[in-house]
Parts: sequence; structure tokens; C-alpha cells
Amino acid sequence: MSATQVSGIERLADAFHTTGKRAALMPYLMGGFPTLEESVRIGEACVRAGADVIELGMPYSDPLADGPVIHAAATTALAAGANVAGVLEVARALADSVPVVLMCYANMVFAPGVDAFVERLARTGACGLIVPDLPDGEAPEVREACERHGLALVPLVAPTTTPERLASIGAGARGFLYTVSVVGTTGERVSLPEAFAEVVARAKACTSAPVALGFGIATPEQARQAADAGADGVIVGTRLVRAAEEGDDPAAAVGALVGELAASLAPTDRGSAS
Amino acid sequence: MSAGGQTAVQHRFGPYGGQFVPETLMPALAELEQAWVAAREDPAYRAELDGLLRDFGGRPTPLYRARRLSERAGRPVYLKREDLNHTGSHKLNNALGQALLAKRMGKGRIIAETGAGQHGVATATVCALLDLECVIYMGTEDTRRQHPNVQRMELLGASVRPVDAGARTLKEATSAAIRDWVTNVENTHYVIGSVVGPAPYPALVRDLQRVIGDEARAQILEREGRLPARVIACVGGGSNAMGIFAAFIPDGEVELIGVEAAGEGIDTPRHGAPLTVGGRPGILHGSRSAVMQDEEGQIIQAHSISAGLDYPGAGPEHAHLRDSGRARYVAVTDAQALDAFRLVARLEGIIPALETSHALAWALAEPEGELDLICLSGRGDKDLAEVLAEGDS
Repeated sequence: MSATQVSGIERLADAFHTTGKRAALMPYLMGGFPTLEESVRIGEACVRAGADVIELGMPYSDPLADGPVIHAAATTALAAGANVAGVLEVARALADSVPVVLMCYANMVFAPGVDAFVERLARTGACGLIVPDLPDGEAPEVREACERHGLALVPLVAPTTTPERLASIGAGARGFLYTVSVVGTTGERVSLPEAFAEVVARAKACTSAPVALGFGIATPEQARQAADAGADGVIVGTRLVRAAEEGDDPAAAVGALVGELAASLAPTDRGSAS
Repeated sequence: MSAGGQTAVQHRFGPYGGQFVPETLMPALAELEQAWVAAREDPAYRAELDGLLRDFGGRPTPLYRARRLSERAGRPVYLKREDLNHTGSHKLNNALGQALLAKRMGKGRIIAETGAGQHGVATATVCALLDLECVIYMGTEDTRRQHPNVQRMELLGASVRPVDAGARTLKEATSAAIRDWVTNVENTHYVIGSVVGPAPYPALVRDLQRVIGDEARAQILEREGRLPARVIACVGGGSNAMGIFAAFIPDGEVELIGVEAAGEGIDTPRHGAPLTVGGRPGILHGSRSAVMQDEEGQIIQAHSISAGLDYPGAGPEHAHLRDSGRARYVAVTDAQALDAFRLVARLEGIIPALETSHALAWALAEPEGELDLICLSGRGDKDLAEVLAEGDS
């Protein structure tokens, strides 16, 4: 990282302050799904439709934190030939127009050596890294490599996270704190749990980083509820991956949904939450 | 629970082990560790477990000097008869211990993965015994080739959930069980079936299985007045091997041999022998260990005729025992295992599990030796259809 460059951490922090919305809209897309080229188009459509941050999934053979839709998309992407180089090219293609955070399982980060992986990611212009199976106790090596290369290692907290863990994870959060809204894997839910506002409040109390809510948020109504609950960012994944799977024109289908989600987060005069 | 990096239950084995799981599970792992630390010191827990292992499970299992195998090998060959446990394998030792632990934690729902079905049957059995709800994940390739065990689990009241992802075998069943646990962690205990997974599981399962080694060590000393020259066990995840090895690790003169599945050959990609083949460690199902993977870290599908060894990983303590030189890992092909399966049936009147047949095949092919102790981890009734389908018998 050169001294004149804005680091990924700083760029990501800025993204939460310049959204013009009640909360940053953070679509997830699976790199290489349905193909590498199409996933770039999907990302571009997200940006045009109002995405503030893109969470880019690295397809993995054994994604333990993901539900069936994202798991299947990863399997399809791998079968279509997606690999690390290809998915990092997707990141590079999008990084000029939007902050990109890569979601990647731990084995793929460790396989080439942590520093080599993080350096390669940083060179694409991406801002951060989320490793869903790397809890706090296993994170130091990856966190140090991210610090060296100016990337944010974004940690996750869950509804089951104890207050002691919340405090230490929140203090170490870079970029944002990925707050899992429900006990479970990624996937659409019929409704948000009752304790939703409490999950956000708990997360906000433990960190100075923006709090982004994810897992189980699919509809504009749910996105609005997340913003009402005080979330600084709203992550929508499975619903968009499903749209990419079902549509004849995946980029247009995903873009349309992201547009609806963006509209639901527009500042309005309803309530005082914003 | 931890001070100065020390934990009450071993988390790391050299560079291996750890807890690579979604944050959602971390409190449950801590809760399990605390419950285990309390239970293992609690005479009431020990008494209940030991009583059930004895009266329900049939322990101690016999140590049998295999007459015709010994004759053929030209040295005494002893079999630790875990196949004579209730449910037909060593898996009951662990399932009983963990189910009693779940009761102590107030968790009324049990999930488990199974490959060959032996762990699934053991878990379903103890859930019936202890009145716990039971869900078993099993790959659809394994529900096909181990069908009698599916019927057994259902008869015992368990719900068997077929897993249709990937190679539809043990790896995918384990992943599905972990996803269930992430979703239902608040009322569910995951009875992992081997010395794999995130801490505290590898140490917990080893401790529950070391009854095999403790008994066998005392039995062979009584019978032979000396320790065995070699202890031999098959390794998929590696729980029967870890259980019998554990008691002999301090006996430096006893060689420890873990036998993995060479499948169609370790020079092909179709095997299940990550310890034997070696290479860069990887992370699978929550811990760092020997793992079959490509250069980018994608997990490679394993292959073995034996569903219980058809797994691309192995327990982290095995990887450490290998690196330290304390244990040696070798591999036996599908064909060699099948030959041993048939041979041992005719020589000894014992039908071994296909998993166990790998350990037997290695010992039978070994010309040298003084006194072998083999863990006969399970019986092979479940494998009859698969073996007969191979023809040529």
C-alpha cells in the first residue's frame, strides 16, 4: 500500500457515510456464478442500482455457513471453472466503482499462505475480507496480514455470541462488524426475529465500526426494518443469488431487486430513525 | 476456562486442531467443553457411563488370540473385539458418552453424521435408550450401499436425512450436520462420530474411545506378559485408532500403525489416505489436519469401497502423531480390503467391517512381526450386499 493511496479500511469506512440512504446497501454476489463474465455484469448492475458495498463470494467446496441456495451457486460456479484468479478478476473489475469485500472460507485463505493470499487480494483493489469460519481465536495471522496490506478483516458476531466475546470482537472490528441476524446459515427467512432490534443494539454497543446486518434479509420490507433497527448496513445475499439463478438475464434480475432494496432505504420522513 | 493459552481440554496437537467454525457455534463449543470438564471429574457421570458400557454395551470386549490368523502370520495376532459391542462397533463408546453429556447440558435433540451407518446406528440406539430426539445425516451414496443400517436407524426411532450434495458420502453428511447445528444450536447437541471437528471434539472423542486401548493393554499384558510389538487400526476420521493408540502412546517400544483407504491406489486421485499421502495441511470441518485438497484449497472428494473410510480428512491428533513419528500411516486398496474381508470370514468365523478389513489386510500382508494387536473395530454384516455385488467370491 503506498502512502498516497486511501487504504481499503478507510475507503470502506467512507462508504458508510456517503450512501445518501438510511443504511448502506450491501448486495452479495457469488463470484463466477453463473459464469465469471456474468458475475461481473451482475456486480455492475448492483452498482448502477444503488449498491454501496459489494460482498463478493469466493466459491468453495464446503461452505459450512451457507444455506442451500448459496451452496448450490458455489457448486455451479466451480463446475463452470471459477477459480481464485477468476474471482479476483471479478473483484478487480468492480473495485474502481464500488468498495468490494471478499467473503472466502478459511482453507482457501491459508492454502497459498495467508500473506500471499491477502497481498493478492489487496492488489485487486478490494477493501476487505470476511472469513465466515475464522472466529476470533483463530484470526490473528489473517488480521495481521490484512493490516499489513491495508485491508479490513471484517469479523462476524451472532445472536449466540456472549457479551465477553462481543466486546473483544467489536473492539477488533475493521471496516464493519458483520452482524448475523439469526441463528442459522445464510438464507431467506419469512420474517425477521423478534429480537432483531436487540441484535443490532448489542452489536452497536460493542464497537465503533459500522454495524451491517446480514443472513436472512431478502425483501425491501426487511431491509427497511433493518434500518429501523439502527443497522448501518444491510447485506442481502441469498435472494439475489436466487434471482441470478432464475432469471433469463441474471444481471437485469438482480439489478431490479437491488433497485427496490435501495428505494426501501431512501431517506423519508417516516419515523425519526434516520 | 483458559489461562495463559492453556485449555482444560486439548485444542491443539502441534500445528493441528483448532476451532474453524462460524461464530454462531463458538458458545456451544465452550459450553460443551465446560460440560465435559465437569462430567469427566464427576463420579456420578462416570458411574452411569461405565454401568451402561458394561450392562448395555457389553464391555469389556474380549481380546481374542486369532488362531488361524496367527498360524498363517507365523506370530501371535490378537483381535480387540469391538465388533462385539452392542450395535456392532466401537462407535457406541463415544455415542453413549456424548448422549449422557447432552442430557447433562439439557439438550433434548441430537444430530449426527454417518458414513457406514455404524455411528448413526450407535447414536440412534443411545437416543432410544435415553429418550432423545435423533436426526442422522447420511449421504445418498451411503444410504444405498449401507442400506441395512438405514433401516436399523429408522427402526430405532431416528429420522435419517439423506444428503444429496457433492459425492453424497461422509464429508457431505458431516457438512450437513454442522449446518443443522448452526441453525438449531440452542436445543441441539451434535454427536460427532470421530476424532475430527473443532475442539473440544477430537480430545473428547479420543477420551471416550480410549477405553478400547486401556482394556486391550491390560488384557494383552495378562495374556502374554508383554506389550504388543505393533498396534494396528484402520483410520477414516480415526476414532477407533485413536482410542486404541491412546493407551500405548507412552509405551515407546510399541509401534502404532494407522491403516487408511488407498481406494483405487494412492497414485490415483481415488483414495481416502490424506495422512499417508501427506502434503500441505488443510482445514476441514472445523479443524486443521491432513486433508485432501487442490492447490487453491478446494476439498477433493475421497474414494473408498468402505463408507466409513471414504473421507478426505483425518483427526488432527493423527496428523501430529504422524509428524512426530510416534505413529505410522499406511494405506490398503479396495481390492486388498475385500480379499481380507473374505479371508478373515473363512479363517476365523468373523465377518469384519470393510473398514476394519483394511487393518486386517495390512497385517496379513506383513511378513515380519512378533506380536500384533489389531483393533477389530466393527462387524461386517452391513457390508454383505456391497461385497457380494463385487462378485467373484
